[in-house]
Amino acid sequence: MKIPETDEKYQGKINETDLGRGYVAGGADGMPFLSSENTGKRRVMIAGEVVDDLSDYPELAAAMFDGRQRDPVEWARMWMSLGMDMICLRLKGTDPDKGKRTPKEAADLVKNVIDAVPLPVIVFGCGTPDTDREVMREISAAVKDTRLILAKADEDDYKTISSAAIAGGHNVIAFSNLDVNLAKQMNIILTDFGVDRNNVLMDPLMAPLGMGLDYSYSVNERIRLAALSGDKMLQIPMICDATGAWDVGDAVSDDDGLGSAVSRVTWWETITAMAAMTSGADIIIMRGPAAADMVLGYAEELRCG
Amino acid sequence: MMPTAIEFFKLLPKTNCKDCGQPTCLAFAMLLANQKAKMDDCPHVSRESKDAMESTTAPPVRTVAVGNVNMGGETVLHRHERRFINPTAYAVTISDRCDIPERIDAVKKLSFERVGTVFDVDMVSVRCDSGDAGVFIKAVNAVMGSWDRPFILECGAGILKEVIKEAAHRRPLLYCAVHENAGEMIAIAKDNSCPLVLRDTDMERLADLAAAAAAAGVNDIVLDTGSANLKECIERHTVVRRSAIRKRFKQFGYPLMNRVGSGEYAVAMAVMSTMKYGSLVIFDDLKNYEALPLFTLRQNIYTDPQVPIQVKQGLYPIGEPDGHSPIFFTTNFSLTYFTVRADIEKSKIPVWLQIVDTEGLSVLTAYSAGKFSAEHVAESLNASGVLTRSDGIVVIPGLVARMSAKLHELLGRDVIIGTTESRDIPKFLRELK
Repeated sequence: MKIPETDEKYQGKINETDLGRGYVAGGADGMPFLSSENTGKRRVMIAGEVVDDLSDYPELAAAMFDGRQRDPVEWARMWMSLGMDMICLRLKGTDPDKGKRTPKEAADLVKNVIDAVPLPVIVFGCGTPDTDREVMREISAAVKDTRLILAKADEDDYKTISSAAIAGGHNVIAFSNLDVNLAKQMNIILTDFGVDRNNVLMDPLMAPLGMGLDYSYSVNERIRLAALSGDKMLQIPMICDATGAWDVGDAVSDDDGLGSAVSRVTWWETITAMAAMTSGADIIIMRGPAAADMVLGYAEELRCG
Repeated sequence: MMPTAIEFFKLLPKTNCKDCGQPTCLAFAMLLANQKAKMDDCPHVSRESKDAMESTTAPPVRTVAVGNVNMGGETVLHRHERRFINPTAYAVTISDRCDIPERIDAVKKLSFERVGTVFDVDMVSVRCDSGDAGVFIKAVNAVMGSWDRPFILECGAGILKEVIKEAAHRRPLLYCAVHENAGEMIAIAKDNSCPLVLRDTDMERLADLAAAAAAAGVNDIVLDTGSANLKECIERHTVVRRSAIRKRFKQFGYPLMNRVGSGEYAVAMAVMSTMKYGSLVIFDDLKNYEALPLFTLRQNIYTDPQVPIQVKQGLYPIGEPDGHSPIFFTTNFSLTYFTVRADIEKSKIPVWLQIVDTEGLSVLTAYSAGKFSAEHVAESLNASGVLTRSDGIVVIPGLVARMSAKLHELLGRDVIIGTTESRDIPKFLRELK
């Protein structure tokens, strides 16, 4: 017998944002992975995480990179050889408490990574606002001919990073904290400040599996549904960071009854990423190489068209 | 769609007689709309009103019970619209060729506790691999003797006819009717009052199967779209569930399931099924490192968005705290607890963490609602005995710094204001040393 027609006809479409270096994110005009209503043919993109200071980096993860994690440039090359689409560089070493990398050195490192791999690069600071402002200014001034993705602008601290992005022609990530209204507000704040809408990506905070994933899943879905229904200020590609999975006790604990921690955390991060992309993520940041490989495979299989 | 309170109200007597226990008919109508009351709770409602309501309030997805496991009963497409009701059930296979007691033992060992909830395997699926009715019957009896939870019978119609006599009293789920054997399988399900799985990869033929089963009087149906990969799973499940909920298409108003194998891809399929409308996943096998994250996903997806997951009030030692370790406290909202815990662990400094029952509210909300007052905190610190186990300083969450003077007075010991953001805890702890 005939079954009902259930495809949704949405009016909205997610912005197609140029990530630089020939890569574009976004373009969906239907809910994720439903080929009959979503004509956006782009696959969810995967960014491999590279950190320039390993003092807070989990040993369990470090062991998966066979020594290459000690050199950020080598590490980025390895991600590329695994087929990842982007590099996510965290400049933890600029933290004044660790005290090693100056803003100038940080900018040099970014340049070295860009020279080594032809992929779009997301750059995070160390999380200390004063330092991050200085580092972002320096990087933006030093890297002129390659578009970067600078992270991240939040409600209390967005002006410097936005100015740096505008000055250098870079993209900027608008961060919000599990809140649909704030996510929208951030996009408005940035565009009001002068950042072109085509240069914004949004990070609504991906809470990992077992630590609030339920909130993120629903916030993401609501953002995507509102965007497709026509809310222009939410029609911005979504980036989700799945590496929070490594902070979950049950994922990494030594407990024979729970099975191998390596396999467990790999699933923990993979499931976090699968929930992110099923609820609307366009780009996912991954830490574990096995998890990244699985998620890349699933993303390829799920792409529309 | 569920009718609104006003639509219910129109069908009520509007006498405000209070016989339903509510002050007014409108108040009762609002409970009806929220599915917190039944039409029958009103003794005066007319037959016509009842009939009118029954046709529109029957849930768009039937609830199918297999033993104590309920499947389906869903009313929304996205969990934020209300909530998902009956969590995905996970089953593992027991082949009639294996050592049954050993296998049942292994299945029972797949059990974990997380945030006060025990996760374990909901069902087993006894599968006829031998092709021999005698062997299969022996296996089914052995399973029934040592497994008191629901189970599934997986075999062809011929063998099922023989084994069902032994098993029908337990109402197993029968797997499965396909185009070729539909008549026979439907008859067996009907004669033995057992729930039945219908499987077809073609959605129109699946609807035909559902129509045939319903016409024969079999209503406890589970649909298997035969999805072989993630893409088919999300697309077919979405078509089926949207048809049921948006279009009230009766033939698809049943729970959905997936039959997967074992290993990486099977788990990925179960992940997709759990997020996208699956009520049952049958595995060939499931490993413990796969089960814990999967069960955790189910817990997250099926949480009521209006009732946060809570942690039990109590004292949680992190690392190996001693008589001088600092004492932290925070709310019992699970997200707060896990975040604070993870950040304390990062510091590698041992800490006593006291969880205060705030009914699942987060720090600021709980404080504003008066559920996280200095008195309340002091009470729980005294009750857990942490103050006698450590003379360490008490660290107040930065967001509720306002309680510091009061708490200092109540406890009679030093307190210090901690960080506003959980992520700054490691730095704070290092400096505290």
